[in-house]
Amino acid sequence: MKDFIIPTDDRDLGTPARDGAPVTLSIDGVEVTVPGGTSVMRAAALAGLTIPKLCATDNVEAFGSCRLCVVEIEGRRGTPASCTTPVAPGMVVQTQNDKLRKLRRGVMELYISDHPLDCLTCSANGDCELQDMAGAVGLRDVRYSTGANHYSAAGNGMLTPRDARATRTAPAGDLGNPNYIPKDESNPYFTYDPAKCIVCSRCVRACEEVQGTFALTIEGRGFDSRVSFGAKTDDALASDCVSCGACVQACPTATLQEKSVVELGTPTRSVITTCAYCGVGCSFKAELNGDQLVRMVPWKHGKANRGHSCVKGRFAYGYASHKDRILNPMIRDSIDQPWREVSWDEALGFAASRMRGLQEKYGRKSIGVITSSRCTNEETYLVQKLARAVFGNNNTDTCARVCHSPTGYGLGQTFGTSAGTQDFDSVEQSDVIMVIGANPHAGHPVFASRMKKRLRAGAKLIVIDPRRTETVEGPHYRAAHHLPLRPGTNVAVVTAMAHVIVTEGLMNESFIRERCDWDEFQHYAEFVGQPKNSPEATEMLTGVPAADLRAAARLYATGGNGAIYYGLGVTEHSQGSTTVMGIANLAMLTGNIGRQGVGVNPLRGQNNVQGACDMGSFPHELPGYRHVKGAEVRAVFESLWGVELDPEPGLRIPNMLDAAVSGNFKGLYCQGEDILQSDPDTKHVAAGLAAMECVIVHDLFLNETANYAHVFLPGSTFLEKDGTFTNAERRINRVRRVMAPRNGYEDWEITQLLARAMGANWGYTHPAQIMDEIAATTPSFAGVDYAMLEEKGSVQWPCNEKSPEGTPLMHVDGFVRGKGRFIVTEYVATDERSGPRYPLLLTTGRILSQYNVGAQTRRTANVVWHDQDVLEVHPHDAEQRGINEGDWVKLASRSGETTLRATITDKVSPGVVYTTFHHPTTQANVITTDFSDWATNCPEYKVTAVQVSPSNGPSEWQEDYAAQAALARRILPAAE
Amino acid sequence: MSPDKLVRMANQIATFFRSQPGTDQADRVAAHLRDFWDPSMRAALAAHLAKGGEGLDDLAREAAQKV
Ligand code: SF4
Ligand code: SF4
Ligand code: SF4
Ligand code: FES
Repeated sequence: MKDFIIPTDDRDLGTPARDGAPVTLSIDGVEVTVPGGTSVMRAAALAGLTIPKLCATDNVEAFGSCRLCVVEIEGRRGTPASCTTPVAPGMVVQTQNDKLRKLRRGVMELYISDHPLDCLTCSANGDCELQDMAGAVGLRDVRYSTGANHYSAAGNGMLTPRDARATRTAPAGDLGNPNYIPKDESNPYFTYDPAKCIVCSRCVRACEEVQGTFALTIEGRGFDSRVSFGAKTDDALASDCVSCGACVQACPTATLQEKSVVELGTPTRSVITTCAYCGVGCSFKAELNGDQLVRMVPWKHGKANRGHSCVKGRFAYGYASHKDRILNPMIRDSIDQPWREVSWDEALGFAASRMRGLQEKYGRKSIGVITSSRCTNEETYLVQKLARAVFGNNNTDTCARVCHSPTGYGLGQTFGTSAGTQDFDSVEQSDVIMVIGANPHAGHPVFASRMKKRLRAGAKLIVIDPRRTETVEGPHYRAAHHLPLRPGTNVAVVTAMAHVIVTEGLMNESFIRERCDWDEFQHYAEFVGQPKNSPEATEMLTGVPAADLRAAARLYATGGNGAIYYGLGVTEHSQGSTTVMGIANLAMLTGNIGRQGVGVNPLRGQNNVQGACDMGSFPHELPGYRHVKGAEVRAVFESLWGVELDPEPGLRIPNMLDAAVSGNFKGLYCQGEDILQSDPDTKHVAAGLAAMECVIVHDLFLNETANYAHVFLPGSTFLEKDGTFTNAERRINRVRRVMAPRNGYEDWEITQLLARAMGANWGYTHPAQIMDEIAATTPSFAGVDYAMLEEKGSVQWPCNEKSPEGTPLMHVDGFVRGKGRFIVTEYVATDERSGPRYPLLLTTGRILSQYNVGAQTRRTANVVWHDQDVLEVHPHDAEQRGINEGDWVKLASRSGETTLRATITDKVSPGVVYTTFHHPTTQANVITTDFSDWATNCPEYKVTAVQVSPSNGPSEWQEDYAAQAALARRILPAAE
Repeated sequence: MSPDKLVRMANQIATFFRSQPGTDQADRVAAHLRDFWDPSMRAALAAHLAKGGEGLDDLAREAAQKV
């Protein structure tokens, strides 16, 4: 395996980049030209000259506290700190001379006099900037004798460990060190050891500037000053800290240190790869010893994350080596039997003959595939190819069906393509940010940090969400407007905003005339202008005060660059597609499209939702969003694959399950998805799966779906394979194999083995060849190959002859479809209504530390933050029902019932309850119904009429389910 | 596949296109059904229509005839 050679400069340049007009100066006789505003320290670093530093690092603003970076500047008095001194034209700087050396040594001596100096046994040995700087300034001696300090009290009194080892005793009468503060090990992933802190405040600044949580402060003054996790508590876990790791990365010493480094030692090699959790798609440096992963560090050249991360990508990778992982293929004749471990050949032969047998008996279209948005582009491409070219039907769907399929339809109809319009950098230029049905704080944390930074700098925020989510308000910002709408009324709210913009004359007419279809606009303007669409008329329905809605609409239309970010709270409704169109209408009305700082941006839930959709995973579309009915498009693939393709759309996931229940759909290959836990109306999903005669689950763990499977093919983790993920910005990022697959094969190889077992002649030897095939067949990917990704790091599609460098912004000079199309968005109430039996509305969401169905994050220490799903109930509703904080409650809908614990909060409005779906024991989807989006069948997860009542514990269904699951998971030992 | 579900889905689609300007709503509903519904679903809808098409609203019914 070849390590990825980092092509870009990975050094810490000391202070952040600036973009002023070029300035030329001289440093140590070297002439250097840098952007105006750059610090002297950074300018020197860019010229290849290193100035010693401790309190500066290039992802936070300089602070100027350590005075190690002093320089002399001709014509200026004294010795200014180079990190806080900006360059000036013609400046002449000296970074090394006797005077500076002496000053620096003095500084180092002071630091070292209160540092334990147990370097050889320190976890940061070899990775400590204090150590490096001692070397760099030529520190040879410390003239101070042991005095007041913060050393360990482990029987050493106030001696350094070194001195204590030398003398073996504390001086008589020394009862230990009153200034010593013990190590804080409460966070599962990192430790805080105050004895080693040099109070450089890099961590405090990282937590504020990069992460935006403001969990850390420097407490006390002078000798007493120490980093603290907030005033109320001194414990990292109980503090506001969200465990993003930014402070750990910023810390120059072992004070804040990953526990994995303490345990495994400093890493010796690294591979650049991409996080496999959310749609932000952060770039990481996987750091290893041999094939032992030591830590994941966000990569500063990653264009989605710019060196930041969240707790999931940074720390929650332990599932890859969890004992629950299945490493051998298994089969069984029927689902009441235990699993039998078999060879790959036997498992694949069994699967292939069963699937072919089903086709012979029940017809070519009786089997299908489900691909996962967690898998790579290359893997999903192969899985849909398996359906189309090997099964000979179009029964391929992806879990994007149940999240962002309305985005595909809605943006396709209005703009002409299914994708976000911006890159994440764009948010830095937004003036008004409107977040609809999304909670980036929890779902897209690194994007949230970047957005919050912009909000702290003064941009305005509008949040449209039934809950007062964590995104609504945070340290040093608060939404200008939070519109807490009743679940299911998105279309009414979005249309009412358009009503305000149109009737108050706030639209951007020249943009509309130039860029959009004027006739369609006329119809639309006539429609939204009707009095029934006014905020006053819809207030009773939506629960949003008309005055607030008017103010928000005016702000979005007139507040400068307006950007919309939306999530599953928009799509997962009966009118999901209509809301997406309504959002596109708003952006076109106000001309907020086609430049930096504006746009329409779906926040994708899973890492590769965008890619899975791009790759032709939907049953009606070939790769690149081209309908299967197009003969010319089919011809491209037919000539390459040597088969005839079905011109008719295939079954979508809910259709497959319906068809299974009615006996027409019999076999499923399900890669990386747990439809039993993640899809709505669990009982219906279970009935569909139980009715199939061959279910092949290809996954890391025996997930819930596997309880109904006949073949289990063990999968590989993102650390164990090569490929690409495409994030919410359409950015194609490389996933690199960091270690060999523990299950023996990368996932794309397993799909290929299955295809070959079913008679295909596929012979890919590396995913790069699959990408070449994608590029050869799909115009928006025509310019993409692994060599260019290696060179550029990443690229945003479309990438082809017209845009060889990729496309950071879409619809710049014109919409992909030509003229932008306004579409009338009539509000239609969902059939799912509260009534006497089910008087409350349930809506669902997610939290920061857990991911999707939790299969990965539940198998990490992230459970300390969230070990069960709880139901949020408004105090008013709780009181009416006699429910107290922490009580077990029964949650029932017309689909089913489950039990979980309640928490009482006014984050939800009266009449609304809320829970997450991260834990299989709760099975929140037992409750959700089979209602779905009119255009795409995306399930209506976000609205279910329910009743809540006190309960004693798990429901009968939960107990039966647990018993059945235990039986279904039995594994017989392998035959001798 | 249960006709009830297909009827509900067809009516949902019809409801959207009914709100759109123009006179070709039935064609647009029919086109949507052809583009997104697997042939077996369309056949099931046709069979239901042949039996009287209970539950289909006017526009959905007109579209189902065109598919
Ligand atoms: S881990 Fe992140 S949130 Fe926690 S203190 Fe460090 S920077 Fe702040
Ligand atoms: S914990 Fe680390 S980064 Fe923070 S002040 Fe102490 S030494 Fe500096
Ligand atoms: S989960 Fe998302 S935000 Fe967190 S590190 Fe991974 S890609 Fe980044
Ligand atoms: S690095 Fe400049 S003062 Fe600390």
